[in-house]
Amino acid sequence: MTDQTPALRLEGIVKTFPGVRALDGVSLTVMPGEVHALMGENGAGKSTLMKVLGGILAPNEGQIFIEEQPTVMSSPMNAKAKGVVFIHQELSLADELTVAENIFLGELPKKSFGRVDWQRLYDETDAILKTLNVGFAARTRVGDLSIANQQMVEIARALTVEPRAVIFDEPTASLTDAEKVVLFEVIADLQSRGVGVIYISHRMEEIFKITDRISVLRDGQYRGTLNTAETNEEEVTQLMIGRTLDLSRNESTHELGEVALEVRGLSCGGLFEDVSFSVRRGEVVGFYGLVGAGRTEIAETLFGLREPSAGTIHLAGEEVSIHSPADAIKRGISLVPEDRKGQGLILGMNCRDNMTLPQVSDLTAGPFVSDGAEVAIFDQYRDKLDIRTPGWRQLVGNLSGGNQQKIVIGKWLSMRPEVLIVDEPTRGIDVGSKSEIHNLIRELAAQGYAVIVISSEMPEVLHVSDRIVAMFSGRVMREFTAEEVTEDSLIQAISGLTGKTA
Amino acid sequence: MKNETRANLIKQGAIWAFILVELAFFSIAGEFLSVTETAFMDFDNMLLLLKQSAPIGIIALGMTIIMINGNIDLSVGATFALAAIVLLDSMTWPFMQTLGNWAIPLAWLFALATGVVLGAISGLIVWKTGVDAFIVTLGSMLGYRGLVFMYNGEQPTSHLNWTLVDFAEAQFLGLHTATWFLLGAAILLWLLMTRTVHGRNAYAIGNNRDAAVNAGIRVGPHFLWNFMLIGFLAALSAVVFYSESGSVNPNDGMLYELWAITAVVLGGTKLSGGYGSIISTLGGVIAIQLLRKGLGHIGADTETVNLVIGLILIAVLFLDRQLNRKGKEELRT
Repeated sequence: MTDQTPALRLEGIVKTFPGVRALDGVSLTVMPGEVHALMGENGAGKSTLMKVLGGILAPNEGQIFIEEQPTVMSSPMNAKAKGVVFIHQELSLADELTVAENIFLGELPKKSFGRVDWQRLYDETDAILKTLNVGFAARTRVGDLSIANQQMVEIARALTVEPRAVIFDEPTASLTDAEKVVLFEVIADLQSRGVGVIYISHRMEEIFKITDRISVLRDGQYRGTLNTAETNEEEVTQLMIGRTLDLSRNESTHELGEVALEVRGLSCGGLFEDVSFSVRRGEVVGFYGLVGAGRTEIAETLFGLREPSAGTIHLAGEEVSIHSPADAIKRGISLVPEDRKGQGLILGMNCRDNMTLPQVSDLTAGPFVSDGAEVAIFDQYRDKLDIRTPGWRQLVGNLSGGNQQKIVIGKWLSMRPEVLIVDEPTRGIDVGSKSEIHNLIRELAAQGYAVIVISSEMPEVLHVSDRIVAMFSGRVMREFTAEEVTEDSLIQAISGLTGKTA
Repeated sequence: MKNETRANLIKQGAIWAFILVELAFFSIAGEFLSVTETAFMDFDNMLLLLKQSAPIGIIALGMTIIMINGNIDLSVGATFALAAIVLLDSMTWPFMQTLGNWAIPLAWLFALATGVVLGAISGLIVWKTGVDAFIVTLGSMLGYRGLVFMYNGEQPTSHLNWTLVDFAEAQFLGLHTATWFLLGAAILLWLLMTRTVHGRNAYAIGNNRDAAVNAGIRVGPHFLWNFMLIGFLAALSAVVFYSESGSVNPNDGMLYELWAITAVVLGGTKLSGGYGSIISTLGGVIAIQLLRKGLGHIGADTETVNLVIGLILIAVLFLDRQLNRKGKEELRT
């Protein structure tokens, strides 16, 4: 491997934003046929580095080499033409257009007079979709696809050119296990064609499964490169956050109070059916299942966003009907939604205003909003949740994922809820902040909140829950206590295999 | 997947169904309430309706493209008036008068060029400054209207050329000249939006601008082209209309932008961009003109007509929203 020319080499990349040195002399070498993991906490500079590489940002210093040729990436198109393809973490698709148009966005094949060559477009797209082994056609409207399939469209984009290097930025965030297998096959195929793959992910098990080397960034600085085969999670984590991490099963138990929330036979159209469970004060109930199993929809129904078609909801023993989020909040139910940036926060507003949003109408001094009361609430929860921000004036959009999530959690804690529902609490959050959030959830339960955690990550569910509800296509398959659950039984339950084989 | 194609068909067919309902309603209501003896569905009446749809219709076609692209253009009414003034006034220039009838195509050229230039100004500002098109064209609407008044004060600008009038009043295969222009423009623009790379990119930009930028589509030039196109169409609309009337008031074309937007929205194009169709806009234009004529036919006055159109616009969009809901499974807002 040493005598090969690197597919891609970065040397001494420096990128500064006003007031921040986002990248500080970062160097990275990617060999052809190698899967190179890039790891680091959110805010460590991974995304910035990849934007520099993808031609979206221009570096202040440093040099990019493609096959040892010094290169300047002037635009995303330019980078793609040079064989560097960037697959974005956040879907950047036009959902009114077809799959084919999205895959070839910006480079539709042309005939005379600027006409689109539809025949060629569909043929080439079909060929690409075939290698990806997906169940949709070139003419499907992207908006009609599931999130996971949309992610596959995003990945298909990389295959329109003969790439030298492909950057995957958290590609598995919304993929199911079956789709992950397909993605890993695609990556293996790229690898065998001598393409250098840069793989960004927070999921250790994936990193150790598919990558050859791991490079770690911390605070914009390069911390070193490890050979995947010769290292372990602990070493990588330590490199990333400078300390060790507790990834064990939840063992702490605390006194459980009376039942805070009970759901009997709840259904909502075809989304979920006959769901019954209860949550006690001081208890964390984990909901585990594949994407589309109906977990988020249950949370949305409890929060008054959906109208249940059957079943009852009981709060502290009393039957209630919840018609709107305002209703839910009044009755002490809070929801930390799945899509932090889209549903949980107003990115263009500052930290304080985001945190006090649900109660700002109560924080008044005469006809005006009371600044002092708002700041007091913000300060209280910043200290309580250890939110790292330069001050309340900071725009939420500029915070790292972990801190953003804490703002959302703080927002709901300040409403003093009885039941806190947390949907995918650590999606897109780095390892260090992840365990902080996990500890926070445990702590909240210890303080007497009834907590529901919805997650697609098994280690997370195992780590935080006192009980686990396994769901499969809209139905509760089985309920486990923390003592009896095993990874195997859990996987069987969420695949719909419970009862028959056990 | 089949369901989705069907839903799509219903979506695009809705405006035509609405037109049929209007036709039926006014035909029946006309039997009892009509102020004239002729039936509403009279052939000549319908031909006239198409002709009268043309001025706003041609502008609305351009507005569709602008709105699919994710922008809006409020300056079309003023562009329309300014192009009309250039058309009529240029024919009185001394050197033009020596050209005889050759002055006509030249005058058209001047008017159309005016439209393109005015559109290009708006487009360039939107491109280069990044200011929202709503604000930019609000400014150019006021500015261009100012130019209209500077030209001739409060006085109308007039010039009647009989060759031009003959041309404008001609009928070919039964359809008036203006109708031909409307239909021709509709077909060309439909081809542009569905078959060309420029058209498809316009959809992509309106649908998800970040995605388009990330895919290397140069957003600015597409904006510029589309603004030039709508400027051209506003001028074309003026050319078609004023060739016949021969006199332009400085207030002409006011509110045309809003009527054009109304037609586009009725046709189902999204205000937020990325979705819409030229053909549906044509339906929207005809639906509005039918309403005007139909209400006139059963004896309503202009004020009532506007009130009814306003109410119907809101009702239609409300209905559209209800139809697009997924029943109980949908999230409440």
